[in-house]
Amino acid sequence: MSHPIVPQKTYILVFLCLIGLTILTTGVAFIDLGAFNTVAALVIAFAKMSLVILFFMGVRSSSGLVRIILIAGFFWFALLVAFTMTDYHTRTWTPVPQAWSSGAPPTHP
Amino acid sequence: MTDAESHAEKGMAHQFEDLDQQHDADMLGIWVFLITEIMFFGGVFAAYAIYRWMYFSAFDGGSHILDIRLGAANTIVLLGSSLTMVLSVRAAQTGNRRSTVLFLIATMILGGIFLGVKGYEYHQKFVEHVVPGLDWAPEGKTLALLAPGGVQHAQIYFIFYFAMTGLHAIHMIIGMGLLLWLVLRARKDAFTPHYFAPVEVVGLYWHFVDIVWIFLFPLLYLIGGRY
Amino acid sequence: MSTATLEPRVHAPRNYLNADYGWKSWLFTLDHKRIALLYLISVTFFFLVGGSFAVLMRIHLTEPQGALVQPETYNKLFTLHGVIMIFFFLIPSIPAVLGNFLVPLMVGARDLAFPKLNLLSWYIYIVGGMFTLYSAIAGGVDTGWTFYTPYSSTYSNTQVTAVAIGVFVTGFSSILTGLNFIVTIHKMRCPGLTWFRMPLFLWSMYATSLIMVLGTPVLAITIFLLALEHLFHVGIFSPALGGDPLLFQHLFWFYSHPAVYIMILPAMGVVSEIIACFSRKRIFGYSIVAFSSVAIAVLGFLVWGHHMFVTGQSVFAGLIFSLLSFLVAIPSAIKVFNWTATLYKGSISYEAPMLYAMGFIGLFTMGGLTGLFLASLATDVHLNGTYFVVAHFHYIMVGGAVMGYLGGIHFWWPKISGRKYPDMWAGIAAVIIFIGFNLTFFPQFILGYLGMPRRYAFYPAEFQVLNVMSSAGATVLGVGYLIPLIYLIWSMRYGPIAEPNPWGATGLEWTTASPPPTENFAEIPVVTEEAYAYGPKEGSGD
Repeated sequence: MSHPIVPQKTYILVFLCLIGLTILTTGVAFIDLGAFNTVAALVIAFAKMSLVILFFMGVRSSSGLVRIILIAGFFWFALLVAFTMTDYHTRTWTPVPQAWSSGAPPTHP
Repeated sequence: MTDAESHAEKGMAHQFEDLDQQHDADMLGIWVFLITEIMFFGGVFAAYAIYRWMYFSAFDGGSHILDIRLGAANTIVLLGSSLTMVLSVRAAQTGNRRSTVLFLIATMILGGIFLGVKGYEYHQKFVEHVVPGLDWAPEGKTLALLAPGGVQHAQIYFIFYFAMTGLHAIHMIIGMGLLLWLVLRARKDAFTPHYFAPVEVVGLYWHFVDIVWIFLFPLLYLIGGRY
Repeated sequence: MSTATLEPRVHAPRNYLNADYGWKSWLFTLDHKRIALLYLISVTFFFLVGGSFAVLMRIHLTEPQGALVQPETYNKLFTLHGVIMIFFFLIPSIPAVLGNFLVPLMVGARDLAFPKLNLLSWYIYIVGGMFTLYSAIAGGVDTGWTFYTPYSSTYSNTQVTAVAIGVFVTGFSSILTGLNFIVTIHKMRCPGLTWFRMPLFLWSMYATSLIMVLGTPVLAITIFLLALEHLFHVGIFSPALGGDPLLFQHLFWFYSHPAVYIMILPAMGVVSEIIACFSRKRIFGYSIVAFSSVAIAVLGFLVWGHHMFVTGQSVFAGLIFSLLSFLVAIPSAIKVFNWTATLYKGSISYEAPMLYAMGFIGLFTMGGLTGLFLASLATDVHLNGTYFVVAHFHYIMVGGAVMGYLGGIHFWWPKISGRKYPDMWAGIAAVIIFIGFNLTFFPQFILGYLGMPRRYAFYPAEFQVLNVMSSAGATVLGVGYLIPLIYLIWSMRYGPIAEPNPWGATGLEWTTASPPPTENFAEIPVVTEEAYAYGPKEGSGD
């Protein structure tokens, strides 16, 4: 299964978009958007990655199997982050036992 | 004519029935390898995410030590190398041996520039004494930037800076070796429009390494902003 | 039954064993069958090394104050026993020996997709093994195979870096093997071999490969970070510098829990093949069993926190992991039900492979059910860190995986070696192993319930009887393992010559000679029937 031959212009156009997005993300860093700075940076990075994957890596014309494999890879990474984060975010949801500072049993906070 | 001879299309290995099957297998193989790389880098990205959430101001402070312009320029250099890489694959696909080789060399040059800049940045970290485990003694302006978030927790940021960019650099060096191997093979006419899988495979690897940097740049250099 | 007559193969037909001679033809081979034998020799070596450490431990534990070694040495024994058995025996065993040998044959191909990567896998495994052996010789490691931080990364002064390199390197052997299997199964099935006509062994190899490919890289990066901390005295997981030891555990168990499914899924695949052949029946519920293999692989990634219920993980996360751990037991149970249904009204014969397979079903069930005690938060608080856990995982890994491995070795031995082994001794050994195994590990359930902690070099005097029982069992088990080692090697020279299909089994590997020629098949086969087409299909379900 061979990919169709993509015109050089397409690749160059994608490259220019990538440069533009790089300049954009660098520029946004100089503006105070609070927590949204991180979101913006990640969204732009995601867009750049998608351009590289779809065009430079040829996934636009790839088989379904390749796409499933790619999605699986990202999904598994997301599982690792999500489940681990769940632990950290919920550590304060239940009472944490106090240290035994005296002979008396601990009381809940 | 034996079975082997009738199957002896250029570049075909004996365990395959035809070049198409071999090409399919090669492509599937590199994509499966790339998801192992997603999980490999994913582990350190996950650890980074946890610590950034726990010690945001320390990471913020650490990020301000990095040179944002150098990082951005290096990002563009690496993106350029991805362009030359895909143009090389395209040249191989169209049977253009000269362009294949020239674009491969261009990719190597751009990759070399990236590594050179990275080396300079590492050197700067030693100058500023912010290398955990080897030379950690921030002072003056550097210390002033790190102090608000906690100097101790800032060490964690720099550990991740070196670990993540270091692993990325190792992957790039391996990539440079692969590119050199391709140049040598291409010059000996190893590739045809029907068989250029090695160029494609290295190309996919190179693009992956580029994507890792696409995320490393904002995550390491652009934390918190510069306003 | 064979008599010990010497049957020289002076004019043996050309096969993969006699195709070429000399050490170079073995060490530089690209033939998957020869690579499988290279692995067979290496994993057997590591099994003996890991087993020796176990023997020393069981001798030591015959006395409440310890009979043999200092506590510091005891810590090194259980660490190296774990590291070697898990990374250098259990994980490679079935995939790298039986998988490498059989996957191309079962899909009807001439070799795996990437023969050079296959050979590289073996060399990587050997290099990793050398680093680990070095760490043992240079003083050992005392952190436990789980390398919990900050002890392993900051405080231990044992050979942590060497063993970390060993495990890191060997992980890539696993990754490349898995990659090879995935591509081979997707792209190199012969004409007519659709996914649902594949033998279940191939489904289990595929599911195992998914885990190898998705999980092992995370272990690699975790070990890398651990080594960084140990070498450069930086604080990634060390609380003194603001690091979180639990983060290490999350990253470590993200791989190491699915790793146990890498160890058991191949054995389940072997059992499916053996049960079908020796009941002369199609596996009941073939597609359900196939899907359950993939389900185990996927669900197995979602349960790792059950190793961390008592180490500081949030109770809420513990709740989620507990629920998922109960769910992952379901596909395993489905397999046990399907195997049982296959046996029902089957035409059963009790050759050695079948004895191992039946032993597997019983022991795996016990091990699996005891896992549920541990998956339950409340009971885990009491049982975690005790011998109950040790017994649980040995029931699965030894009673399950090792018996599956031995069953597979016996089932495919005629194909691999071209010889038959003496069935009487094989049966005796299987029974001795079963008895020795239960005598070794059942007392450990009781010990754990009574509160004896694991990884302790001494224990209260009232536990001595059970410990001595366990050590006695270990002796029997050891004898049981040595017997096949002897007769299998013996059979390679003196065993009766095997025909292509001595068991009358279905499957493409049985359609070619025993041993197969280097190119596997004279002509690539074409498959026209379903898997396990054993005679009339009464009650076969599906």
